[in-house]
Amino acid sequence: MTRRGGLTAIDGAIALIAILLIIQMWLLTATLESHLAGHPEPILPAAIISAVLFCACGGLFLFIGRIDVEVRSRDDHD
Amino acid sequence: MRRKPAQEEPLWRDEFSIQSATEKYVARRQFAKFLVLTSLGMFIGNLWILVRSWFLSKPSFAPQRVSGLNEIAVGEVKLFSYPTAEDPCIMIRTGPQQFVAYSQKCTHLSCAVYFAREQSRLECPCHEGYFAVEDGSVLQGPPPRPLPRIRLQRDGNDIVATEVQL
Repeated sequence: MTRRGGLTAIDGAIALIAILLIIQMWLLTATLESHLAGHPEPILPAAIISAVLFCACGGLFLFIGRIDVEVRSRDDHD
Repeated sequence: MRRKPAQEEPLWRDEFSIQSATEKYVARRQFAKFLVLTSLGMFIGNLWILVRSWFLSKPSFAPQRVSGLNEIAVGEVKLFSYPTAEDPCIMIRTGPQQFVAYSQKCTHLSCAVYFAREQSRLECPCHEGYFAVEDGSVLQGPPPRPLPRIRLQRDGNDIVATEVQL
């Protein structure tokens, strides 16, 4: 992968992480609101979805690390 | 300038690149790390709410006398506090033998609702949220939930509040 291509891929991954993070923020506020209102039904599904979103963010972070290493090692060899 | 193999580089080079060519990568990686840590914080927040909801038992409150049976006329209201002094409530006599009571805090932004007798509904003056007097459900406006209902019981000639139904 070229340096330019690597940067584009990383930017895309960061944008995806940001979108997932916004969803997580909304989820947390909605869950808190529901909890404080005495409605516990959505709390467990919200926690599961939040865990899935966190795993997706972690996966994207690993992807960024992999691209980073790949481009750097390529630079080292050039 | 050719860099040394990664194994021979000191550890700090990974995070503090001094080569302008790799600087962009480091900045992006650190930003991504910050975002992922924030995501972890959100997940922990959700987990904390879950744990709290599991271990927090539903509080029970002692019954409290609200009024006498004939203290208010049909169509009139009585304000009271239940279960604590910080929880204003409104009781409405809808018929000779029918009483309903709700929390007076609007579920939108906690403004005090009042009984609009002509329209036979509870109204929040702040953002025009309307609630049905029969069951406290939302008729219009921004409130996201019905008004919490106060369960009433007759105890001789008294009306007694026994429970808050969310």
